[in-house]
Amino acid sequence: MIKWLELFQRFLPEFLKGTAVTLELTAVGLLLGFVLGMLLALARCYGSKLLKTIAIGYIEIFRGTPLLVQLFLIYYGLPSLGLTLSQTLSAYLALGLNSAAYQAEYLRGSIQAIGTSQMTAGRSIGLSRWQTIWYIILPQALRLMIPAWSNEPISLLKTTAVVFLIAVQDLMAKAKRAATATYDPIGSYLAVAVIYLVMVFLLNWGLKFLEKKTRIPGFEMEAKKT
Amino acid sequence: MAKPILTIKDLTKKYSDNVIFHDINLTVNEGDTIVIIGPSGTGKSTLLRCINLLTRADGGQIWLDDQEITAKHCDEDVVRQHIGMVFQNFLLFNHLTALDNVMLGLTKVKHMKPEPAREKAMQELDRVGLSDRAGHYPGQLSGGQQQRVAIARALAMDPRIMLFDEPTSALDPELIGEVLEVMRKLALEGMTMLVVTHEMGFAREVADRIVFLEKGSIVEEGTPEDLFYRPKHDRTREFLWKITELYGKKDAGK
Amino acid sequence: MNVARFLQYIASGTAFTVGVTVIALPFGLLLGAVLAFLNVYSGKMVKNLTSIYSTMMRGIPPIVLLFILYFIVSGEINLSPFWAGSISLGIVSSAYQMEIIRGAILSVSGGQMMAARAIGMTKNQAIRNIILPQTLRLAIPPWSNEAAIVIKDSSLVYALGVPEVLRRAQLISASTQQPFLAYAAAAAIYFILVFITNRLLDALEKRLRIPANP
Repeated sequence: MIKWLELFQRFLPEFLKGTAVTLELTAVGLLLGFVLGMLLALARCYGSKLLKTIAIGYIEIFRGTPLLVQLFLIYYGLPSLGLTLSQTLSAYLALGLNSAAYQAEYLRGSIQAIGTSQMTAGRSIGLSRWQTIWYIILPQALRLMIPAWSNEPISLLKTTAVVFLIAVQDLMAKAKRAATATYDPIGSYLAVAVIYLVMVFLLNWGLKFLEKKTRIPGFEMEAKKT
Repeated sequence: MAKPILTIKDLTKKYSDNVIFHDINLTVNEGDTIVIIGPSGTGKSTLLRCINLLTRADGGQIWLDDQEITAKHCDEDVVRQHIGMVFQNFLLFNHLTALDNVMLGLTKVKHMKPEPAREKAMQELDRVGLSDRAGHYPGQLSGGQQQRVAIARALAMDPRIMLFDEPTSALDPELIGEVLEVMRKLALEGMTMLVVTHEMGFAREVADRIVFLEKGSIVEEGTPEDLFYRPKHDRTREFLWKITELYGKKDAGK
Repeated sequence: MNVARFLQYIASGTAFTVGVTVIALPFGLLLGAVLAFLNVYSGKMVKNLTSIYSTMMRGIPPIVLLFILYFIVSGEINLSPFWAGSISLGIVSSAYQMEIIRGAILSVSGGQMMAARAIGMTKNQAIRNIILPQTLRLAIPPWSNEAAIVIKDSSLVYALGVPEVLRRAQLISASTQQPFLAYAAAAAIYFILVFITNRLLDALEKRLRIPANP
């Protein structure tokens, strides 16, 4: 136990650097996924037949294949098509594209729960389709999806752990370095596991707080079934 | 000679400081139909659940025939084979057909062989008028039909006494009649019954005794005649008047 | 480059991918189900222990757990990366499956247990005959999701050197200088596996559905 604590202490600076990278990856992936996810959800719910099909296709593919494969496809595969991205950029892109598919589904769920009645209400006072979507439906849908959506940041945080396999210097990469240096793989990965747990715990707490702050009484997913 | 099937002595139940009922004394003789009435929330359901030991009372004793079922060493599961219970929300086993619902107690609890169990189950379903629905699932039955299956399920165990916890309160008005009819028949056949209900017509016509429970204790007890025409307490008169107004039955006591 | 041989090489990794899944999923189901029932129906201490297990295993990235468990498992017993990886993934999955089954148990209404006790069943009889059958049905949709996740997570054993689909794609992309094609093929294989599994489980759910009139 003491030996493990020593290992932990010795590599802490390195681990913290790795943690920063991990958090960065999560944040960028989440943001990219959010913007793209919103576009996908809108295409899925309100787009032309073509757009709808493309959106559904995208979502099915990115949810139906492993992130690791998507990552390799981008980092190792794209160069042969002429597009070479750095490790970090590849990671950002893969995480973002992947997260977008899941976030699109959360948003789609809440848009459908809001239902056509809100659209009817908006149109009846003269708003155009896109105005209604932007001013009436989206604000409610985004609010409504928060409880379910809060799974995504945590899920993404855990997902980032694989990017060390293309040599991005995140927390896992640092763990690997520690393992090689100390010949103690179990201890090293255990140390990192603890750090991930702490991050997840804090993130969870923060999201619960957000959820509480944004809750409108009576306005929950179960209540809306138009 | 009237033989007591169920004897309740000084029964008390509380949740923390909240007293649900206290010092309840009641005797149910063989063949009796006792109806318990009273305002909502006075612990009538809790009382029934204490009788079949789904909930443990905090004080007092209960005897089934001459066995004290509230005693520490008493096997609750065995006791419940002899007390039948019908719930307000039917609580049929959703994943089983009507027949299987009625048979399950026979095969799993009484360890009967499948063929005799099936026969008995069909008999009970017939008794409640649903032998043609034996293969239906609860989701395919109306509320009244579900409740009748629930009654058959309880009857199949050949209980000494049947407890009914507001059996028609969750039913649409036009379905109440079929359930009350089954209960009426049961009473006439001599089944010992303890019924919690708001159905005053049933109480008047079928009950041997009516018990008025309010604020956790028995206010008055007597024959339907006594209670409806010669109530001893004002509270009893008030409640009966209100209730018969609500449920649109014939005039209560003057 | 021979396209047929190219695809065949990658596809032969499918056996390993399927193998890992077929070991990990049922293992996770058994462990998860036991933990779920213990959590719902046992005393306070067992409930807390199982809750802690669930929180911890779900708060750590699967690949970190995979590495830790792999080094522990292959350290104690001399198991191949394939077996060590499969069992480790099974342990990871058990925590998520525990939550799924637990959720299903809790949505079977408390009234069902009460009704079962009311005809004289013991707690265990009630669990076996009334709660369990209903739980299994309710659990199928979210479980279908978990099955898809395990299929995708099986790609993680790439890091342990198991010659499954992704590892093969990587090897052949090096030798043929066709990385995009190789990884695209790998993606297609996973996609097909996930697709088939989801369809099969959908059909199973329909088959087991209790008839109800709308």
